[in-house]
Amino acid sequence: MKIFRYAALAATALTALTSAAYAADTSFHELERGKMLVNAGDCVSCHTVKGGTPFAGGRPIETPFGIIYSPNITPDPETGIGAWSDDAFYNAMHSGVDPKGERLYPAFPYPYFTKITRQDVKFMREYLNTLPPAKSSQAVSANNPNRMNDLTWPLNHRIFMRGWNMAFFEPGEFHPNKQKSGEWNRGAYLVEGAAHCGACHTPKNKLGGDETSHVLQGGNIQNWFAPQIAGDMRAGIGSWSANDIVEYLKTGRNKHSGATGMMAEVVTNSTSKLSDNDLHDIATYLKDVPGAAADAGSKPDQKVMAAGKAIFDDSCSACHQTDGQGVPHMFPPLVHNANVQSSDPSSVIRVILDGAQTVPTDARPTPSSMPAFNWKLSDDQTAAVANYVRNSWGNSAPAVSASQVADMRKQLQANIAQ
Amino acid sequence: MERKLPPVDVILVGFGWTAAILGQELTDAGLNVLALERGGWRDTSTDFAVTFAQDELRYMERKALFQEPARDTLTFRNSPSESALPMRHLGSFLPATGVGGAGIHWNGQTWRFLPSDFVAKSHNTQRYGALADGMTIQDWGVTYDELEPYYDKFEYLCGISGKAGNLNGKIQDGGNPFEGARKRDYPNPPLDMVYAPTLFEKAAAETGHKPFPCPAANMSRPYTNPLGVTLGPCTYCGFCEKFGCGNYSKSSPQTTILPVLMRKKNFELRTQCEVLRVNHDDVAKRATGVVYVDAQGEEWEQPAEIVVLCAFAQHNPWLMMLSDIGKRYDVQSGEGVVGKNYAYQIVSGVDVFFDDKIMNPFVGAGALGIGIDEYNGDNFDHGGLGFIGGGYLACWQTNGRPIEYHPTPKGTPKWGTKWKKAVAKNYLTSLSISTHGAVMSHRNNYLDLDPTYHDTHGRPLLRLTFDYTDNEHKMSDYLTDRAEEIAKAMNARDIYAKKRTGHYSIVPYQTTHNTGGAIMGTDPKSSVVNRYLQSWDLHNLFVMGACVFPQNPGYNPTGTVGALTYWAADAIKNQYLKKQGPLVQA
Repeated sequence: MKIFRYAALAATALTALTSAAYAADTSFHELERGKMLVNAGDCVSCHTVKGGTPFAGGRPIETPFGIIYSPNITPDPETGIGAWSDDAFYNAMHSGVDPKGERLYPAFPYPYFTKITRQDVKFMREYLNTLPPAKSSQAVSANNPNRMNDLTWPLNHRIFMRGWNMAFFEPGEFHPNKQKSGEWNRGAYLVEGAAHCGACHTPKNKLGGDETSHVLQGGNIQNWFAPQIAGDMRAGIGSWSANDIVEYLKTGRNKHSGATGMMAEVVTNSTSKLSDNDLHDIATYLKDVPGAAADAGSKPDQKVMAAGKAIFDDSCSACHQTDGQGVPHMFPPLVHNANVQSSDPSSVIRVILDGAQTVPTDARPTPSSMPAFNWKLSDDQTAAVANYVRNSWGNSAPAVSASQVADMRKQLQANIAQ
Repeated sequence: MERKLPPVDVILVGFGWTAAILGQELTDAGLNVLALERGGWRDTSTDFAVTFAQDELRYMERKALFQEPARDTLTFRNSPSESALPMRHLGSFLPATGVGGAGIHWNGQTWRFLPSDFVAKSHNTQRYGALADGMTIQDWGVTYDELEPYYDKFEYLCGISGKAGNLNGKIQDGGNPFEGARKRDYPNPPLDMVYAPTLFEKAAAETGHKPFPCPAANMSRPYTNPLGVTLGPCTYCGFCEKFGCGNYSKSSPQTTILPVLMRKKNFELRTQCEVLRVNHDDVAKRATGVVYVDAQGEEWEQPAEIVVLCAFAQHNPWLMMLSDIGKRYDVQSGEGVVGKNYAYQIVSGVDVFFDDKIMNPFVGAGALGIGIDEYNGDNFDHGGLGFIGGGYLACWQTNGRPIEYHPTPKGTPKWGTKWKKAVAKNYLTSLSISTHGAVMSHRNNYLDLDPTYHDTHGRPLLRLTFDYTDNEHKMSDYLTDRAEEIAKAMNARDIYAKKRTGHYSIVPYQTTHNTGGAIMGTDPKSSVVNRYLQSWDLHNLFVMGACVFPQNPGYNPTGTVGALTYWAADAIKNQYLKKQGPLVQA
């Protein structure tokens, strides 16, 4: 969902009109609609620094091109967006341009937000206007020279984004598909627009643009692999029912899987706050997105599988069970698991090394956690057990090498160092 | 000089089983609840993850989960005529420190007491005449039938694995026929049984007993409790008692309540905060709050509307003595109540050695076993036996941990080549029948303040005066003899009956079933709290845990501790909040 959470540079015009916090009254319906879309957009996740005021920005967003700090989107006129006109807000959302005419970076997912209708953008703005204005010293803004984005050349020059936009950005609101149902269209509108699922789940080219021929077929983001959420039975969610998808987004887990890593945050801050109807619409659409069969690779070496099985039986089977069936809703089944069988093994390797915590929600409060094995298993052992779970019980996926594990280990250590 | 904090509705002193239950129940009632825990935060994935939970050296030998005597201990003596000395190493029992309390490192043996246990004094005197000299047992003031719904609630919270023996008065095949009537069966079926207990089951049945699978807080299957918290199935790894469960398979506050409670906005936990005393206004007959010291050594006064003592059994009466609440027990006159009727458990065992039967003892779980209850409480005629009370017999297979588990026949040297040979020979091929006996309270068994030794805060240490009486020894010997008879029916190579002889020793580990000191009852002259666990002296002070047991029946205490906590929570929610004052008129 929110990949490349590039933040916008909010160049704040100090020609402030009235503070947005005192904006005219708006209807209940409009605020509710705006709130739903702000929730669907998971705005709060990127626009809040750890432990900070919600929506007041300052969170460092890691991109392949450097660090971007998110701006304050509370209605504070000086450090937030209180002084922005509604048109300026629309331009940012729809065209990726700030009030000064500067190009924003697509860590702010305007390539998706462009699909949101002008009226809905206005409702989102109206909802953001109801937030308490917060001064922020950590958010990036023109008034805060202490907080500059830290991007590599040539991306540190905003002018570069002109070319990027020409190549990868197609502005335009969502057009309903008349051949499809109302549910499908509402779901598509959310998935392709506000919820920006493709930001993580669609693979990216070298410059961070969507590979439009592989929509929602899985992408690598911050050393996670966000798996295919299209319909392939093995590497996608073809085996999930629409209700399974709703349950997952609502509660953080279903009988197939549990949300962890970045998706845990998405569930907490975004999807668990959406109505069942909205989630059903999303599920209806996702169930109709064509999947792509992922490379199954060739069966790993017999010796590697034997070594992997020994480790699995000793260290993993207590929770995931010797037959890989896990304990549904508690310990994720590894059988037929999309994440386990993805061609890109990043998530499998990462979870074995670093462990993972399934997100607790009100509906599913149990914080079932997998401990880290990085101190206990060598690169060879980690690769062996990864290969075993990727190629047992009917699973199949390309082989994982010890050097891939070593690379991930380095990346994760670098993360800690940061 | 302590600084005063903004008041809260409820303070829970300590944060183990009873505080977790009360926290959940009282926040549900809309109260702002604050728990003060002297130890730190602990959770499964951080503190006893599967990658290192089965570390016998760390957890058992080096006692990673227990109270450290350097921080807090007690002094001990066998009789009032001796001088007590401080316990500098944990031994006979293992209190905890930290979130979850001893609920983290228990085995999970989760029993209900017998209906007659709750009226021990009236029942036994009616049937057998006057009590032995010095025996000070009492009726509880609450009955089994009153507690039944609360036992049920605790069992369903925990997901107890077991088999009902008495459903609404109808005896069920395969369950414990002596148990009090229950409204419904256990939430989970019994654990899968390993070999050794089935040998006991067969021999017990052949000798005329009715064996049954013991109730276990180890999950026989995945279980989601009424709060929505899920536990995983037990893997029979054999690391329960003295360990935290890495698989979310043993009921503990962490695996049943805290995931829900910790999310609540009207609940707060402060760790590393040790309560020094309870403040009170004796004119108003109210506790006004507590004083606690944090990790920085700062003292704070925390006012509250309700104070609940939820610390370990000995600590609650100790805190009452330190706070000068209630009249302390005086062994000379027999008057006073705080500290009175400390009791414990008397345990023994019969080891049984085979040549050809492989038990695989490393496949175990804390409450995995078959028991019989023919010799518990008043399930048998004590006429002419010279004692009252009893205990259950069981063949548990809790563990085959290499440092701890070395079964050797009688006469084996304690070390050296012969010992090693004997361990190697018998490790896989032996089993043990244990007896788990009651301790009746006695005039000379009590808690008070030590006149000599002080803790790090300058407070007098708690002094424990305890010894077994004739009643315990006769009863325990009787149980051990019965166990030996069953052992003989197993056609084993060798049998080694280990009776509990002589004075109580605080050195070897026995059980952490310490009871009494703040006992419940029907009369303020002979009890500290009333039937709702409310202090007779301060109506907004409640006291939880096994310290309220007037004497200790022949079962593990946790099931009853849980039931009493739910019972008290119900009284606070539905009676006390409506009308603050004594719930029972003295």
